[in-house]
Amino acid sequence: MNSTLRRIGVAVAAPLLAIAIAVVLTSIVLLALGNAVGPVWQVFLSTPMQGVAEAIVNDAAVLYLSGIAVAIGFRMNLFNIGVDGQYRVAAFAAALFAGQGWLPGFLNVIGALVLAMLVGAAWAGIIAVLKVTRGVSEVISSIMLNSIATGVVSWLLFKVADKQEGSNATNTKNIPESSHVPALAQTATGQIFGLTILAVLVGIAYWYVINHTRFGFDLRATGSSESAAVASGVSVKKMTITAMLLSGAVAGLVGMPQLFGQDFNYGSNSQTGLGFAGIAVALIGRNHPIGIGFGALLWAYLNGQSNALQINAGVNASLVNIIQGVMVLAVVIAYELVRRWDKRIEARRVAAELAAGKTAGATA
Amino acid sequence: MCVIDTTDTPEAPTGVSGIAVADVTAPPSGALAVDLDGITKRFPGVVANKDLHLQVARGTIHAIVGENGAGKSTLMKILYGVQKPDEGTIRINGDEVSFSSPKDAIKAGVGMVFQHFMLADNLTVLENVVLGAEKLHGIGSKARDEIKRISDAYGLDVRPEMMVADLGVGARQRVEILKVLYRGAKILILDEPTAVLVPQEVDELFGNLKEMKSEGLTVLFISHKLDEVRGVADDITVIRRGTTIDRVKSSSVTSKQLAELMVGSQLPTPETQESTVTDRVVMQITDVTLADPAGGPALLSDLDLTIHAGEVLGIAGVEGNGQAELVETILGMRRADAGTVVVENDDITAWPTRRIRENGIGYIPEDRHRHALLLGAPLWENRMLGHQRQEPASKGWRLTPKAAKDDTQRIVEAYDVRTPSIDVTAGSLSGGNQQKLIFGREMSHAPRVLVAAHPTRGVDVGAQSAIWDHIKDARREGLAVLLISADLDELIGLSDTIRVILRGKLSGEFDPKTVTAEQLGAAMTGANTPENATTVDAQEEAAR
Repeated sequence: MNSTLRRIGVAVAAPLLAIAIAVVLTSIVLLALGNAVGPVWQVFLSTPMQGVAEAIVNDAAVLYLSGIAVAIGFRMNLFNIGVDGQYRVAAFAAALFAGQGWLPGFLNVIGALVLAMLVGAAWAGIIAVLKVTRGVSEVISSIMLNSIATGVVSWLLFKVADKQEGSNATNTKNIPESSHVPALAQTATGQIFGLTILAVLVGIAYWYVINHTRFGFDLRATGSSESAAVASGVSVKKMTITAMLLSGAVAGLVGMPQLFGQDFNYGSNSQTGLGFAGIAVALIGRNHPIGIGFGALLWAYLNGQSNALQINAGVNASLVNIIQGVMVLAVVIAYELVRRWDKRIEARRVAAELAAGKTAGATA
Repeated sequence: MCVIDTTDTPEAPTGVSGIAVADVTAPPSGALAVDLDGITKRFPGVVANKDLHLQVARGTIHAIVGENGAGKSTLMKILYGVQKPDEGTIRINGDEVSFSSPKDAIKAGVGMVFQHFMLADNLTVLENVVLGAEKLHGIGSKARDEIKRISDAYGLDVRPEMMVADLGVGARQRVEILKVLYRGAKILILDEPTAVLVPQEVDELFGNLKEMKSEGLTVLFISHKLDEVRGVADDITVIRRGTTIDRVKSSSVTSKQLAELMVGSQLPTPETQESTVTDRVVMQITDVTLADPAGGPALLSDLDLTIHAGEVLGIAGVEGNGQAELVETILGMRRADAGTVVVENDDITAWPTRRIRENGIGYIPEDRHRHALLLGAPLWENRMLGHQRQEPASKGWRLTPKAAKDDTQRIVEAYDVRTPSIDVTAGSLSGGNQQKLIFGREMSHAPRVLVAAHPTRGVDVGAQSAIWDHIKDARREGLAVLLISADLDELIGLSDTIRVILRGKLSGEFDPKTVTAEQLGAAMTGANTPENATTVDAQEEAAR
C-alpha cells in the first residue's frame, strides 16, 4: 500500500511545514520587537504550570467540538462563521432549562444537551433557510446572527437573571447539584470536565458519518464539486439545510462541558469567542477528525502557556495570538502547497506507471 | 470534426498522404509577426503539442484548424502566455520572447479573445474596456475618445455608454476585440470566434477582421469550420494530434483537402453495422418547452422526440442551440415548463435527478470534469457517484467501499481503463480513460436509455474508437441511445436517425445513410431551403 503511506506522509508534512513557518515568522516578530527569542520557545517547550494541563485538556475538548461544527460546513463549502452565536444561544437555553431542575439528576443533563443541540440547530437553520430560499451568503447571515445572538442573550439574561445580593454578575439560576456532571479525572490542581467525553463521541460520529455513510458521501461530493453532485442527484438545497442543522447541533454542545463541570449557570462571565477559534482549529485540522483533535490541542496548549509566557519570559501574553494567527495563515498556505505538489506527483506517477505498462486491468 | 463543406462521408477512404497542395513549404511572404519553432508541451500522461511550427506573416489573417483535442487551444495558450512550452522558441516580430503571463504577451502586442466572453454585464462598455487598463487613458473622456477612435478605425460599431447586459452576442464579441486592441495588441488571437455567432454575425466579424488586416494588424484564429476558414484566412495551418501537419494558402486548397489533412487517414470510422432498431418505444418526449429564466426566447420549444429500443438517435446542432438544456431537462436538472418525458411506462418529467438516474437513464455528460467526476477523489469513489444509493456503492444508509472497489476493478478491466490502480484520483487519468470509466459506471446499472453528450470530445483516438464500440454494443443490447454531438462524422456514422436542433427546435428526421454533411450543416445554421424544410416536415406529418 504505497499510496496509503504517501497519503499519510502528505497529511503529516503539511502541518509540520506550517508549524515550522509559524515558528520562524514569530521569531522574526520577537526579534523585531527586541525580545529574546530563546526564553519564549523555552516556555512553550516546558511542562505546563500547575493546573494548566487540565485546563488545556478541557479547552481542547471544547475547541474540538467547535472545530467539528465548523468542519461539517466546510466539508460542503459552507462557511459557518456563526458557530459563535449558535453555541452561546444554545448554552444560554440549556443553562436556563437545567437551572429550573424540572427533571431529576442525570435526565436533566440529557434534556439540557438535547435542548442545546436543538437550539443550536435552529439558530443555524435560520442561516440555511436564508441561503436556500433567498440566496443570502451564509457568511454574511452568520456574522449578523452572531451579533443578534449577543443582543438576544444579554437581553434575555437580564430578564431571567438570578440576581444575588452583593454581586453584579448576571447569570441564570444555578443548576441543582444533583445534575452536576462529575469530573472525568480529578487531580490535586484541577479537574477534567465530565462532558469532555462529548468531544470524543462527536469525533467518532463525525468520522463515521463522513466516511462511511451515503449522507457523508453526498456531503463530500457537494463540497468537492457542486455541479457533479447535482448531476449525481444530490439536492444541494436539502444538503445545505441538513449540513447547517448538524453544524448548529454540534455547535450547541460547545458550551456544555464548562456549564455542567464548572460554571453551573450561564452568565456574563461565560467563555466567549470559542466559535471563531473553532474556525482556526478546523482549518489547522483540515476538517479531518484526527487533524481537528491535533489542532484543538495545539490551540489550547498555546492558550494555556500564555500566562507562563508573561511570567517566565517577560513577553506579553498577546504574543500567543500572533503565533496562532500566523499559524492559521501558514497552515492554509502549507496545505495548498502540499496539495498541489501531491497532485503533480500523483499525475506524474500515474503517467510513469502507465508508460511502464503497469495497469490495474488484465489487458496490460 | 465539424466538416460541413465536404461531401465526404466517413465510408469513403480518406487517403491523406498523397494529397497535393500548393505552397506547402514556401515560407510566407513578408516579415513574420509570429514564429513558433519546435514547440512541445507535455501534460502529465499526454503530449499536448509536439514539435509544432507556426509562422504567421504580419498583416495577414491566419487560421489554425484541427479537430477537437488536436492541440489548438494549448498552442494558443502558449502564445498568449497562459502556459509555458517545455521546448521550442517563440518569436514575436523577430524577437525571441518568453511569456510567463498574459501580461507579458499583451506587452509584446499579443492579445486574445476567448471563446467565452469575460465581460461584466452590469457595467457599461467603457467600464468594461478600461477595467484593468486604467493607466492607459484613464477612465473618463480620454478613454471614451480612444474607444471611439478604435471602433471607427476598424468599423466595430461599439458605443461606449451602452450597458453590456443590453448587447447581443456579436456586439459583445466586438467589445472583447476592442478591449484587446485598446490594450495595444497588434497581433490578435481569436479562439473559435464563430462558434457562438449566427451566419450574419459571422459575415460582420469577418468584415471587421479584414478591416484590421488592412490596417496592418495580424489576426490568428482557431476554427474547425472549414468553409469559413477558407473564406477569410490568407494562410491556414493544420494541426493534428498536437503537431503541425501542413501550412497551406487558403486560395489553393479545397475544403475537402483541408478536411483530409485535419482528420488524417488513421482515424477510425464510427459506422455501425446493420440496423438493430425495433419498434418498441423506449423514450418518448412530447411537446417539451423550457422558458428562458432570463426572459429571452424559449430555450426549448415544443420538442418532440421518440427513441426506440436498439436505436441511436443523433442530435446535431451548433453549440448553444438547446442541446445542454435538453439533456438537463431529461435528467431532471431543469424542469420543463410544459410537455412530458416518458421512459417506457414511467413519466419521469417531474422526477428528481436521483430517481431518474437510478431508474435506467445512463448519463454521459458533456463536461465530465464538472458533471461526471470528483477529480480529487479516487476512482472507486467516482464509481459510486450518481449511484450512491444503489449497490455496489451502498446498502441502506451505509457505504460499502469494499463492493465498490471490487466493481471498480471489474470496470477497469472490462472497459480497458488505463490506470495503475483504482486508488488514484480521477483527475490524474487522461480524458479518454476518465470517459471509459464513466461509460463503464453508467453501463453497470442496466440503463434503458443512454444519454451521451459529446462522448468523444477531448479524448484520444484510441479511446474514441473504444467509446464508439461501447455505444454500438449498447445499441445492440437494445438500449435507446440519445447521442448529442458536434462531430458530424460521429453522428452520421453511429446514428440510426439524425435530427438537428436549432434555437431550441428540432428539425425533422434525416437518414444518416443518405444525408450529407452539407445538408446537416445547412439545417444547423438555419440556411435550410424552404422546400427542403417543408419536405422534412411533410415527411414527419405523414409519419404520424
